[in-house]
Amino acid sequence: METLSFEFPAGQPPVGRALVGCVGSGDLEVLLEPGLPGKLTIQVLTSVNGSSARWQHLFERMFDGQTPPALSIDIHDFGATPGVVRLRLEQGFEEIGHD
Amino acid sequence: MTDSARLLKQHSFVELGARQRARALLDEGSFRELIDPFARITSPWLAKQGVVPQADDGVVVAKGSIGGQPVVICAIEGAFQGGSMGEVGGAKMAGALELAADDNRNGIPTAAVLLLETGGVRLQEANLGLAAIAEIHAAIVDLRRYQPVIGVVAGSVGCFGGMSIAAGLCSYLVVTREARLGLNGPQVIEQEAGIEEYDSRDRPFIWSLTGGEQRFASGLADAYVADDIKAIQQQVEDLLHKGKPEQERSGQYALFLQRLAELDTSTQIDPAAVRSLYQGEQP
Repeated sequence: METLSFEFPAGQPPVGRALVGCVGSGDLEVLLEPGLPGKLTIQVLTSVNGSSARWQHLFERMFDGQTPPALSIDIHDFGATPGVVRLRLEQGFEEIGHD
Repeated sequence: MTDSARLLKQHSFVELGARQRARALLDEGSFRELIDPFARITSPWLAKQGVVPQADDGVVVAKGSIGGQPVVICAIEGAFQGGSMGEVGGAKMAGALELAADDNRNGIPTAAVLLLETGGVRLQEANLGLAAIAEIHAAIVDLRRYQPVIGVVAGSVGCFGGMSIAAGLCSYLVVTREARLGLNGPQVIEQEAGIEEYDSRDRPFIWSLTGGEQRFASGLADAYVADDIKAIQQQVEDLLHKGKPEQERSGQYALFLQRLAELDTSTQIDPAAVRSLYQGEQP
C-alpha cells in the first residue's frame, strides 16, 4: 500500500461534492470536494505499490487539453485498472456538474 | 411473459451498493445520512496493516421514513472487505440503534432496518469488532421493546458470524433466494467437518442448507421475497405497519433447543429433514 499526491492546474471550484465507487476488488472509491481556486489536488491511497507513473500518465491524459474544476480528490484504490479509474473519475466529474 | 421481458421489468436489489439500497427503501427525499463518508470517520486499524480503508468504513447509516414512519437504516457494503464489521462501522450501527431507542423514550416511534451483508467480525480489528457486534446485539434487544427491528439479508454476501446472531435477534427477517444465513461460513465448516461432509464449492448444496428459501421454510426467516426493489420495499413497509411481533423469535429459544435435541445425528441430515425438524410435528 502507498500514498501518492498529484497537483494539476484547474479552473474554479464547484459548489457540490460527490462520492463514487467502492473499495471493492478491482474498484476504487473517489471523493470529490471543492478545492482552492486554480488548483486540482489528488491524493491516492492504493493497494498496488510502484504505480506512481501509471497514475501520473492517467491523470495527464485525462486533463490534456481541458481545464478541470478546482477539486480536492481523495482516491481509495483496491487494484482498479486504468480503465475503471477513468470511468469512475468521469462519473464523479459528471455528478459534481449536476449539483 | 417471456423470461427476458420479466428480467427487464425486474429491478435487482442485490446489484445495488449499500448507499443505493438504503435510499431505495426510504421514502423519496427522506434519506439523510449520518456520519457520511466526507466526515472521514474511518478505520484507524486497516491502513496500519496495509489494507486500504473506505471513507464510511463500509457501513451506511441514515435517518428517514418508510411509509411515513420514522426509521433509522443501517446498510453494510458487502463489497468492502466482505462486509466485515470493524470498530468504526460497528459503532456507527450500534450508535444508530441506541439513538433510535432514545427517540422512542422521548415519544418518537423510530424503528430500524438493518441491511445485513456481512461475513461477521473484521479479523484485522479482532476484539474491537467483536465488542461492537455485542453492542449491536444489546441495542437491537433494547430497541425491539418499542418498535420492530427489521433485518434484510438480500445477498450475495449473506450474513454470518456474530452478525447472524444480530439477524436472529431481529423482530422480523426478510430474505431472498440469493441470501445465506449461518453462524459459520461454508469454508469454516468444511475445514472443521471435512470436505466429504461439507463441500464449500458445491453451491447448490450450500444454498440448500443455508440459503434464503431453506431458512424461510425452516421458520428462521419471516418473509421470502424476490430480488426486486419494489417487492423488498413493500415487504419492509408491511412488516413496519404490523408493529412488534407477538413473540420475538429469539424468545422461543426453549422450543428451538427442544427440537434440536430431537435430531438423530447417526445419519447425514438433508435439507428436508432440517425443515421438518424446525417446523416440529405438523398437525
